[in-house]
Amino acid sequence: MLAYLIRRLFQAAITIVVMAVLVFVGIYAIGNPIDVLISPEADPAEIEAAIRRLGLDQPLWRQFLLFVSNALRGDLGTSFVHNEPALRLIIERMPATLELAVAAMLLSIFLGIPLGMIAGLRHDRATGRGIMAASILGFSLPNFWQGMMLIMLFAVWAGWLPSGGRGDTVPLFGVPVSFLTLDGLQHLILPAINLALFKTALVVRLARAGTREVMLQDYVKFARAKGVSERRVVLVHMLKNILIPVVTVLGLEFGSVIAFAVVTETVFAWPGMGKLLIDSILNLDRPVVVAYLMLIVFVFILINLVVDIVYSLLDPRVRLSGRAE
Amino acid sequence: MSGTDRTAATMAVETPFMRFARQFAESRVAVLSLIGLLAVILAAVFAPWITPQNPYDLAQLDIMDGNLPPMSESFGGTTYWLGTDDQGRDMLSAIVYGIRISLVVGAGSTLAALLIGCTVGLVAAFYGGRLESVVMRIVDLQLSFPAILVALILLAVLGRGVDKVLVALIIVQWAYYARTVRGAALVERRKEYIEAVRCLALSHGRILFRHLLPNCLPPVIVVATVQVGNAIALEATLSFLGVGVPITEPSLGLLIANGYEYLLSGQYWISFFPGVALLLIIVCINLVGDQLRDVLNPRLQR
Repeated sequence: MLAYLIRRLFQAAITIVVMAVLVFVGIYAIGNPIDVLISPEADPAEIEAAIRRLGLDQPLWRQFLLFVSNALRGDLGTSFVHNEPALRLIIERMPATLELAVAAMLLSIFLGIPLGMIAGLRHDRATGRGIMAASILGFSLPNFWQGMMLIMLFAVWAGWLPSGGRGDTVPLFGVPVSFLTLDGLQHLILPAINLALFKTALVVRLARAGTREVMLQDYVKFARAKGVSERRVVLVHMLKNILIPVVTVLGLEFGSVIAFAVVTETVFAWPGMGKLLIDSILNLDRPVVVAYLMLIVFVFILINLVVDIVYSLLDPRVRLSGRAE
Repeated sequence: MSGTDRTAATMAVETPFMRFARQFAESRVAVLSLIGLLAVILAAVFAPWITPQNPYDLAQLDIMDGNLPPMSESFGGTTYWLGTDDQGRDMLSAIVYGIRISLVVGAGSTLAALLIGCTVGLVAAFYGGRLESVVMRIVDLQLSFPAILVALILLAVLGRGVDKVLVALIIVQWAYYARTVRGAALVERRKEYIEAVRCLALSHGRILFRHLLPNCLPPVIVVATVQVGNAIALEATLSFLGVGVPITEPSLGLLIANGYEYLLSGQYWISFFPGVALLLIIVCINLVGDQLRDVLNPRLQR
């Protein structure tokens, strides 16, 4: 296990270095780094100071080392628009994105697993077929348009829910969250549904496939033969065995939920990292874009690492096959 | 005797393509989807002849007709079936023109990515060794990031434009094909016919593209069909976010984005109908893809 862990950590470190080189090269490839990293509104004295601070007057390899050491100290540049350290700007907005992503994940689990199980248990009936048809629709609906239609239905026509923003927040362990206030909860519902729909369709498919497989297993037949109530067979014996693959896949998908939050946040004006990224791209606020890029790469490598390690704990074949190589 | 002869004759007459077509036609939904797709493609190709107006010819637009709801009549007497946008543009015409751009970007990027990905995957599988492990590491690395994120970052660097969206979508997609083709080629490579053509000392290029590639195609076709839908959806999303196609060449995604502010004041049709068109195209592609997967899956081969 330890050997596997060390090798996996080593791989993650290499990935981060590769990505850092790519980002660095990218900044140079698109043009003069002075234009990229220093605000176009700065006066000559400020430009001079910034060039010295970023080491742009030094040879390329020194610049790269400086970029890396600045990044390691958490200095990824200063936003042109907000005039604040880019990294701090992003981290301030992270809780909003995480709250939205977690809400969407929970929603997709609590909606998707029951629906998928029903579709599996009644796979040859109209209910099952209906659920599967709905899941194809869920896969095909463009996320942003679906969000706009939610706004149209529930905010503009019915007027039940707000069309955007985050609403009131209260601090929980020093982090502002919106799910503890009524107003915040109302603001959270539509974006969470929007972000959850695609994953719900995925969970429905996984749960259905799992149910159809588990239904035929001996232990289910045995439980039925023993006279266990149908309710208990489904909710205990079958559900437990369906959960493992569903939870594994959802763990892998958490990163993509965070990525897709970019779209949801833009549609619903949700003040998270994704909206910040889009605003920064449109405002040419490049330090924030670069900082977001480095941070998200780091987060993804972290998620992949955690998923791999958890997976290797659950399934010893993964790390054993690695050793045999 | 004559009975067996007749079966043999019909068997001989049915080419692999005909068997494929027959099996595909077993699903009525898939056939309907395919017909729907062909109709959309035809409409897009012949857009200038079938739409009531050219939505990008400013001379044909009348600002007096701006933001009219569906089915309303214009100043000049023609009916706007799907309403007009703020410029007085007929939404039906705008949608057909938008489908053109969406299809070109979706299908074009998929085709280019297919060529690149297949070549890389085949070469990696055929030669193996260090080349293969390096290439597949890059593929793994890229696929560990969601497509939308990679595309967003590329476009943040490249800027707006149809050509740039194409480049971004090609870079996003090639890795899928490289992985799929390599998987299929690894199995095919060990088969006897490859050994045979190697013994014939054919050139490597010929072995790769004339013998190995055709036998790796079925899974690739399935992935490619679904990817066209994904590429169209991704392009629409990027255009909606404001990093995709420029305002002068509005795809369906940009049309939807243009209607965003009007949606909040209840003028739903500017965003609604382009979205329905986008949804129908993607649903049709996915249904055709589903049926293709069933027909081309060797494990389900009857």
